[in-house]
Amino acid sequence: MEYIALQLFNGLVNGSFYALLSLGLAVIFGVLRVVNFAHGALYMLGAFAAYLLLQDFGVGFWPALIVAPIGIGIAGMVLERLLIRRLYGLDPLYNFLLTFGLTLMIQDGVRLRYGLQGQPYPAPAELAGSVSAGLVAYPTYRLFVIAFSIVVCVAVWYVIERTRLGMIVRAATERPELTRALGINVDRWVTPVFGFGVALAALGGVLAAPMRNVSPLMGSELIIFAFAVVVIGGMGSIAGAVVAGFLVGVLASLAAVFNPALENVVAFALMAIVLLVRPAGLFGSLEARS
Amino acid sequence: MRRPALEIEGLSARYGDAQALREVSLHVDEGELVTLVGRNGAGKTTLLRCVMGLHWQSTGFIRLNGREISGLPPYERARAGLGYVPDDRGIYATLAVEENLTLPPIVATTRWPLARIYETFPVLRERRAHAGTKLSGGEQQMLSIARALRTGASVLLLDEPTEGLAPVLVQRVAAMLQEAKREGTTVLLVEQNLRFATTVADRHYLLAQGQIVEALANQEVIARESELLRHLGV
Repeated sequence: MEYIALQLFNGLVNGSFYALLSLGLAVIFGVLRVVNFAHGALYMLGAFAAYLLLQDFGVGFWPALIVAPIGIGIAGMVLERLLIRRLYGLDPLYNFLLTFGLTLMIQDGVRLRYGLQGQPYPAPAELAGSVSAGLVAYPTYRLFVIAFSIVVCVAVWYVIERTRLGMIVRAATERPELTRALGINVDRWVTPVFGFGVALAALGGVLAAPMRNVSPLMGSELIIFAFAVVVIGGMGSIAGAVVAGFLVGVLASLAAVFNPALENVVAFALMAIVLLVRPAGLFGSLEARS
Repeated sequence: MRRPALEIEGLSARYGDAQALREVSLHVDEGELVTLVGRNGAGKTTLLRCVMGLHWQSTGFIRLNGREISGLPPYERARAGLGYVPDDRGIYATLAVEENLTLPPIVATTRWPLARIYETFPVLRERRAHAGTKLSGGEQQMLSIARALRTGASVLLLDEPTEGLAPVLVQRVAAMLQEAKREGTTVLLVEQNLRFATTVADRHYLLAQGQIVEALANQEVIARESELLRHLGV
């Protein structure tokens, strides 16, 4: 019983990262129609930014949680201007080549300097130790990760669903051409939206730094799950990305209770089922027509 | 002497190798309601898309209230005063009814603020928080026209607004267009329904195989109705 409770929390932690990454992927795909395979590498850069801020500048976790996503988000905007922009209207194959190529370059660039071995990053002192969470004692920092990512997801949901900017993002996701014809300068939002999605990935990276090894390949496994989550939630669907993120995290961890080998299978089994039963994804039935 | 609100000169458009419009020239004067009639595939929808800047493979001149707009991106054309009601009504599923109405920015003094729209169509007020596509086809059409009117656009482009509507709703659309016209709005209407066209329009252009074959006064259309209906293949 305690093990199940523990796995439930572990699932929520994993789900937090899936949700943050898929949310960024979904927003980017919705407005740009670009599948950003470099998302995992940008998440890793977030973790490395936190590590470097601490090592070289003595900047701790809390400032890093704000500074790193903003800095990497700006780098993402530059990337969109210089490279991603050239993909619009091209065969999706180029999308894959460019963003996957970027992943390899970013990963190997970091690897060249720091090697494959992970770098340790301490959890902030305020969140050290563990607290009693029902049946089990659970690390305070991990509970913070769950709460923080839920707050971020709700905030993003609020902006998308309740503000004029969010309305424009939804309209541009659903009918880009019509939205232009109705007087909205959709292209003006493309660069900020890409930067925002990248910032969410970097935020995930900073959150991961204290609990996972900061290493060049830390994003490469996670991103595969994040793509499964995006497909399950529905391409371009904001709510779908968040709900499917936590769903996959929890189901995978609970499946591991029965057999540890099942943990990595669940996401893809679920993806296969969703594709068979609801090809547009759980929340994707009406959204993201191209 | 009325001034032209919308002038099209030598407009040609193609889809790959297929020529969709050949050297089309027409004008709609301020406050006029003009229809563009023709068979399916004659190029009516393409013409409206060209005016909105949504069709890339096109050449020619388009002037709106004397201003050349053919080099502008679609959103700037909308802001210059074009209101667009597309053939599929263009209602967003991911936007609530009220969001569908308020998405396009107001471009000029509007005579159709939200309050008037809701007064005219109480159902839109009742359902303002519902998804736009949860409305019936007729309600979606009213929503689409109201959305274009709300922006204060000086020229409305409507693509077959009566298609698939019950007769009572067709009358509703007619009343709405007549009201907009009384208030000075200029309208270019693509229409297959000749009866409907003659009840609302001042003049008509007949489009066939991408060319304007005839410009007709309303009286002529009424007099030659059966011949024209044969031409339209109705």
